[in-house]
Amino acid sequence: MDEFILIFRHMDGTKVASPEQIQVWMKQTMDWVGGIAAQNKFVSGTGLSFDEPRVAWHNNVVTNGPFGDIKETIGGFIIVKAESVEEAVEFAKGSPVLQGEGNSVEVRKIARKN
Amino acid sequence: MSDTALIPRLFRTEFRKITSVLVKLLGMQHIDLAEDIAGETFLTALETWPYKGVPENPTAWLYTVAKNKAKTYLTRNRIFTDKIVGHLQNESSLITEIDIDLSEQNITDSQLQMLFAVCHPSISTEAQIGLALRVLCGFGIDEIANALLTNKETISKRLVRAKEKLRAEEVNIVFPAISEIDHRLKTVLTTLYLLFNEGYYSESSDAVLREDLCLEAMRLTYLLVENEHTDQPPVNALLSLMCFHASRFEARKNENGEIILYQDQDETLWNEELIAKGVYFLHKASQGNILSQYHIEANIAYWHTIKTDTKEKWENILQLFNQLLQMEYSPIAALNRTYAFSKVHGKEAAIAQAEKLQLHTNQYYFTLLGELYTGINNDKAKQHFETALSLAKSLAEKQVIQKKLGNIA
Repeated sequence: MDEFILIFRHMDGTKVASPEQIQVWMKQTMDWVGGIAAQNKFVSGTGLSFDEPRVAWHNNVVTNGPFGDIKETIGGFIIVKAESVEEAVEFAKGSPVLQGEGNSVEVRKIARKN
Repeated sequence: MSDTALIPRLFRTEFRKITSVLVKLLGMQHIDLAEDIAGETFLTALETWPYKGVPENPTAWLYTVAKNKAKTYLTRNRIFTDKIVGHLQNESSLITEIDIDLSEQNITDSQLQMLFAVCHPSISTEAQIGLALRVLCGFGIDEIANALLTNKETISKRLVRAKEKLRAEEVNIVFPAISEIDHRLKTVLTTLYLLFNEGYYSESSDAVLREDLCLEAMRLTYLLVENEHTDQPPVNALLSLMCFHASRFEARKNENGEIILYQDQDETLWNEELIAKGVYFLHKASQGNILSQYHIEANIAYWHTIKTDTKEKWENILQLFNQLLQMEYSPIAALNRTYAFSKVHGKEAAIAQAEKLQLHTNQYYFTLLGELYTGINNDKAKQHFETALSLAKSLAEKQVIQKKLGNIA
């Protein structure tokens, strides 16, 4: 069994959702992650706050947030156990992040330590 | 109370106290001796009380006899070592001066320290439970064997090995250093949690024994709550969880020993006092910023003390199981989560979740599938219940499944 990271890419990190909407997403996300954990395939994961984002660049430059010309940003990630990349993709398809138009979940195999 | 009933009762409460105090005094290498002295004390009571009558203060009598026996042994042993080892000058009066302290304070301290010693990470959890039942709960070997559904030989061997290990590792009867408490407490809590579960989920036919096991686990957890260094949020959370579960003792089995499922229980049989205690310890557990597995489980158990089915109740339970599973996977939590999921999102959505669990050797997996398919596809429900029936081990469980099968037809 390999480990895969599922990275949530949000099309527009500057959009502000209502507290009610956030509440609904939170529950959906918890149910989604809970479903993976119930199969004993959850390793770890976290959401990322959109507050005070910074990017450190080459040449000691620091900018506010990743949002400039491109608004795409990372909203969080989870690491799962899966037999194949296909299985990991099946997990990814269930992510509530994909309800947002233009959003995506990037699936990458974790490099083995040996 | 007649002395024939009194002695076994005193054995259960006093044997462990005498043993702990003596082990603390003599050291772990003499744990067998401590048990022997404590055992002989009760033998003397059995031989004397029926003829001379029960002493006015039976407990004090036991302590005095135990002290004398210990002193006699130490003096004799002293003479023996002296002869072999030669003279140890200026210390000849030391032993007779040793005070065997059976004060309440020292008894509590000794038992708490013994709890840490017994739950030493160097010995297996299985052995920790056996040893705890023996030296901390005063259970006989046959009682332990009955409670853990195994035979006396297995338990005896397990105990001998565990004691050897404790001696080899030179585990002392001391309170762990403050800096080490958190780490050591984890093992202690795991053992107490399992000890409680052994009683709660035991298939043993002896109902009194099963409850005793749970009550002992609660008593030991309470010892930790009473001590300022171990009165920590996860300990309170565990005690809260135990109180909530124990509140359903009366309601969960009928007079024939058959299991009554949660949704069919008569909630007037739930113990209000234990529920209130559970709430109290859960509140105490919420202070600080530690969130342990026990916190989540206690919260789940709390929601189960509210019998009325509401959307809020099952949504909360589902979210708690989601959290618990991320922290610590177990098949039973996965199955319970799926049940809660069906309560929130409906049976069809839950079937899709359930079929991914793939717990094909687990009878409860098929019971759950049977339950979910009932009313959706009764033929499939029947098949699943029949598979569950073929996997079920105890009569009580088979009866539950058969009842469900009967309900479909």
